[in-house]
Amino acid sequence: MSELLSYSFMQNALIAGVLVSLACGVIGTLVVLKRMVFIAGGVAHTAYGGVGMAFYFGINPILGAVTFSLLASFLMGYVQRQTRQRQDTLIGVMWAIGMAVGIIFADMTPGYKADLMSYLFGSILAVTQVDLWMMLGVNILVISLVVLFYKELQATAFDETYARVRNLPVDLLYLMLITMIGLAVVMLMRVVGLIMIIALLTVPAAIGSLFLKHMKHIMLLATALSLVFTTGGLIISFFFNLTSGATIILISGVTYLAALVIHKHCQRCPE
Amino acid sequence: MEMLELISQPLVKIKDLYAGYNHETVLFDIDLTIEKGDFIGLIGPNGGGKTTLLKVMLGLIKPQRGTVQVMGDSPERGRSHIGYVPQLAEYDATFPISVRDVVRMGRLSNQRLFKPYSKEDDVIVSERLAWVDMLEHQDRALRELSGGQRQRVYIARALTTDPKLLVLDEPTISVDIEASALIYDLLYRVNQGGVTVFLVTHDLNVISSYVKTIGCLNRRLHYHGEKQVTDEMLRATYGCPVDLIAHGLPHRVLAEHEGQH
Repeated sequence: MSELLSYSFMQNALIAGVLVSLACGVIGTLVVLKRMVFIAGGVAHTAYGGVGMAFYFGINPILGAVTFSLLASFLMGYVQRQTRQRQDTLIGVMWAIGMAVGIIFADMTPGYKADLMSYLFGSILAVTQVDLWMMLGVNILVISLVVLFYKELQATAFDETYARVRNLPVDLLYLMLITMIGLAVVMLMRVVGLIMIIALLTVPAAIGSLFLKHMKHIMLLATALSLVFTTGGLIISFFFNLTSGATIILISGVTYLAALVIHKHCQRCPE
Repeated sequence: MEMLELISQPLVKIKDLYAGYNHETVLFDIDLTIEKGDFIGLIGPNGGGKTTLLKVMLGLIKPQRGTVQVMGDSPERGRSHIGYVPQLAEYDATFPISVRDVVRMGRLSNQRLFKPYSKEDDVIVSERLAWVDMLEHQDRALRELSGGQRQRVYIARALTTDPKLLVLDEPTISVDIEASALIYDLLYRVNQGGVTVFLVTHDLNVISSYVKTIGCLNRRLHYHGEKQVTDEMLRATYGCPVDLIAHGLPHRVLAEHEGQH
């Protein structure tokens, strides 16, 4: 274990795990409670278009991912709120187009492209110091906003119509949330890869919401669970030489199934 | 003060209203005045525009034609005086939130975005919870409650703003008869306390004798500010004769079959 911690890439990876868990716990809870899982998945996959284009034009892939991710967030948020029908279809189409754009641009980029894979499947071990600072920045932003607007976010997640009747700035809050989702997605992309982002964003919060009734408690439990999943997955993948992202997701998936079974079989679970 | 009360305008005044979604019109030529102190029950079939009418009053959808005034103002401004009790949604049955947190939501507004809940809020929330007889359940999760209990929680939430008008959308849907009697008792007391009540329902069985005036809505509104539903109104609303007495509607509400028209 001490051997594990002596590598600087391992230290970075563990710190990344902590930072990612915070964002997952907080944003993931809002995504789950507000039923935006599909949108979050769509944003993640569309962001790959930005990664591909960034590679082609020779700019920082994170920059490309952030740009695409935010654009996709706004677009999907708009689609979800404006169109009465077929929103899931439209989001699904954008999801696929984003991926396709990324792959085509990657095709057109000459040279070695193995790094592109790390955005698909994640590479927590390749997290750099710069990435960590970026993650810290996103975390500070996200947590401050959620603390500041906690009761309003809870109200709009529970009953948006009622919140609107109370004259809360429902649309602004939604825009804020979807921006936070876009940023969280880019952050998670480094760790588990965009294909598995939805799992890490939703599983911890979904487990929390099975057993707890206060949103902040769900956020705390989800953060703790993400931390267990990422750290546990990291250590297991290191010793068994597995892909870290996939290991993290498998652990969370199995835990979620176990939680469902436990929840089903205890009628009087403590709320 | 009394003079002011006397000359005060109706709570809601709707004139020549046409409303709907996109290019589809659901409500036609609606005229409705809600007077202070009334207890209005509006019945009508599903898809007849009951919820649409509420949404227009609450400023959630804009009229295609006609005018809507709430407290003499636009619905967007006037709605702060309305206590809104939405229809029970299936989603509530899973959402993790405590009863007290739901009721506290009523205290939110755009005026106090950065202010945490105050002592005063806590006092009001406890009091309203006691009014609807749910104070002992305040720490429970909403999803553990029955439909009738959840409805009472929503009524408590609506009452935290001291509304002049309480608006309810199908308050007794998926609620058993006993629980709906409790809800009507509660609404009766609220109305006695000076709050005007306006509720819509598709369920003819639950329109209680507590209501003071009844209307029928199926795209067009038949409302004359009276407590009588005539055969004519029902036929116009449901498109066929409806025997209300057979459905257990308190007969007081109904006009006599003979000697009418």
